[in-house]
Amino acid sequence: MTDQTPASAPHKRTIDAVNASLKRRRAKERRFRRLGAAAVALGLLFVALLFADIVGKGHTAFQQTYIKLPVVLERAQIDPEGSGSAEVIARANYLGIIRAALRAHFPEVTARRDKRALYQMVSVGAPQLLRDRVLADPALIGTTAEVWLLADDDIDMVVKGQIDRTLPESKRRVKDQTLGWIERLESEGRITKRFNTIFFTNGTSREPELAGIAGALAGSFYTLALTLLLSFPIGVGAAIYLEEFAPKNRWTDLIEVNINNLAAVPSIVFGLLGLAVFIGIFGVPRSTPLVAALVLTLMTLPTIIISSRAALKSVPPSIREAALGVGASSLQTQFHHVLPLALPGMLTGAIIGMAQALGETAPLLMIGMIAFIVDVPAGFTDPATVLPVQIFLWADSPERAFVERTSAAIMVLLAFLILMNLAAVLLRRRFERRW
Amino acid sequence: MITTVEEIQRSTSTAMRSGELARVRESRETVGDYSVPDARMRCRDIEVWYGDKRAIHGVNLDLGRNEVLSMIGPSGCGKSTFLRCLNRMNDTIDGCRVSGSIQLDGEEIYDRALDPVPLRARVGMVFQKPNPFPKSIYENVAYGPRIHGLTTSKAELDALVETSLRKAGLWDEVKDRLEAPGTGLSGGQQQRLCIARTIAVSPEVILMDEPCSALDPIATAIIEELIDELRANYSIAIVTHSMQQAARVSQRTAYFHLGDLVEVGETNQIFTNPQHRLTEDYITGRFG
Repeated sequence: MTDQTPASAPHKRTIDAVNASLKRRRAKERRFRRLGAAAVALGLLFVALLFADIVGKGHTAFQQTYIKLPVVLERAQIDPEGSGSAEVIARANYLGIIRAALRAHFPEVTARRDKRALYQMVSVGAPQLLRDRVLADPALIGTTAEVWLLADDDIDMVVKGQIDRTLPESKRRVKDQTLGWIERLESEGRITKRFNTIFFTNGTSREPELAGIAGALAGSFYTLALTLLLSFPIGVGAAIYLEEFAPKNRWTDLIEVNINNLAAVPSIVFGLLGLAVFIGIFGVPRSTPLVAALVLTLMTLPTIIISSRAALKSVPPSIREAALGVGASSLQTQFHHVLPLALPGMLTGAIIGMAQALGETAPLLMIGMIAFIVDVPAGFTDPATVLPVQIFLWADSPERAFVERTSAAIMVLLAFLILMNLAAVLLRRRFERRW
Repeated sequence: MITTVEEIQRSTSTAMRSGELARVRESRETVGDYSVPDARMRCRDIEVWYGDKRAIHGVNLDLGRNEVLSMIGPSGCGKSTFLRCLNRMNDTIDGCRVSGSIQLDGEEIYDRALDPVPLRARVGMVFQKPNPFPKSIYENVAYGPRIHGLTTSKAELDALVETSLRKAGLWDEVKDRLEAPGTGLSGGQQQRLCIARTIAVSPEVILMDEPCSALDPIATAIIEELIDELRANYSIAIVTHSMQQAARVSQRTAYFHLGDLVEVGETNQIFTNPQHRLTEDYITGRFG
């Protein structure tokens, strides 16, 4: 080192120092990349586990067990006067008809207690389904028809293998006797699994085989539609005012800080607010999509305002100057030029807010959405529940068959969330413009 | 301290009064005649404040009819700020205050009762960076006439778009693709599109804020030629960093220095025989 010429010495030393540190720097970079990749892999692994678990538990809920029995539909029992009027046919004793069919198929069952067990193999909803069948096809009256009857949830569980047949009888919900009947029916080909339309067309029910998500879906739909209708215009309007028109002073600073804080407030607080203000003071009917939408609007507004302001900020000021420069008024500048450019960002924010609202449970518990509502709501003021609350309720139910239905409902909820996020991406692509 | 300043002021004003060609060295009084007969815009005692900071100190300047007035000066000298006063573009900046009198054809533009929207239709502006709307070429030009309701029919609007593009020297290049996005044009074409957009609302005055600073020399030459042609119909005030450009396109030149209008006069005279030391230093490249 010391005998080098002064001119070349510093040059040489620099390159040596660079080379010496290069290895260390490269190693650091590699380490960081590997850590990043590992983090992503871990995340993906947990997502995969989550999906595998939910799908593994839930996919069976899309099928439902039915039992085929020859049902004697005697005219004397259903429509004795032969009037053919729907009213008379609807009033017939279909429960008795089904029970008779069961007795006829299992003539050896005579004891009162055994008979009761036999009757329980068929769902309590089966008579109503049979009635609907007969009403739809009155030609069946007077014949003996092979009818697929909806099985009880315990039978359903046995057929799907959710209840282990090898367990000792005392540890099993289904007794040996019933198991014997099921096996006999299976060997006769009288048991089948069909696509579970009930799950998508019915409201909730105490009986798992009759429980569906139609009510919760409709409730979620009305709630979200109204939430979007309220929060998007209000949020975008507030963002435009704050970003473009409001004077920058202490008050607007205070408002800005408060909006940012509101975005971080636990959602149940909004539920309490809704209970106290909307229901308590304004008397909005409880457990309706209307009050749910008002609460969720409050909850999503900060998200929408913040993302809309960010979208407005990202529009280059040169566009505003250009519009003002040709004599556009402030409002024209905003609506003709700034808003179209900011719209993709605003829509993304709104859809993220909506997805958040779709998955929200806690605030809705406070405003009565947890009520047990069987009817599918038909409007904004009908009592309703929403998907996540429905999942919460089902997860709380003791029946084994609700486990798979809970998972299935989660799958539906996730599907909607993925659809909404996809819509956000597509909308952004569609409206995105370059400048 | 105070006495020395007063002394300097007294001595410089004496020098000015004597009407000699003696060089003015320190005064911030404007050297040269800032007024023109029959001015289109007349600015008197313009002061601009950004919060507590005074950006322009008492500037008087006239813009004549059918002339190109160039404003030169080092960065931060207030020439762009002054330009933006002329169509009240400074209104959009928070904390910006303007005092003094600016008249457009004898009408006070900072009058409270005056709406800046029609003013900006009369005083158009072309910006430093070409900023066409992210819409079609046609829409870019048609936007101004449309919001002001200048045309009554589609055919009339089409004709106006065509004349504006022709005046901006862009028609032949874009007539086959009027529906193409304006942002897809080259930088020079975009700037000419912006000029076409400005003249589509038939302003009386066009303000240009360094219109060529983002362009290459060929595009610059085309724009400069265009500015010269536009002079026949419009009064043009142009801010530029290029002294060559000021010399090429303008009839009068104003030199700004740290918020003061130091010297104004015929372009030829400013570039060949500047009266103020600061002007001379700037145009001879001693600073700036």
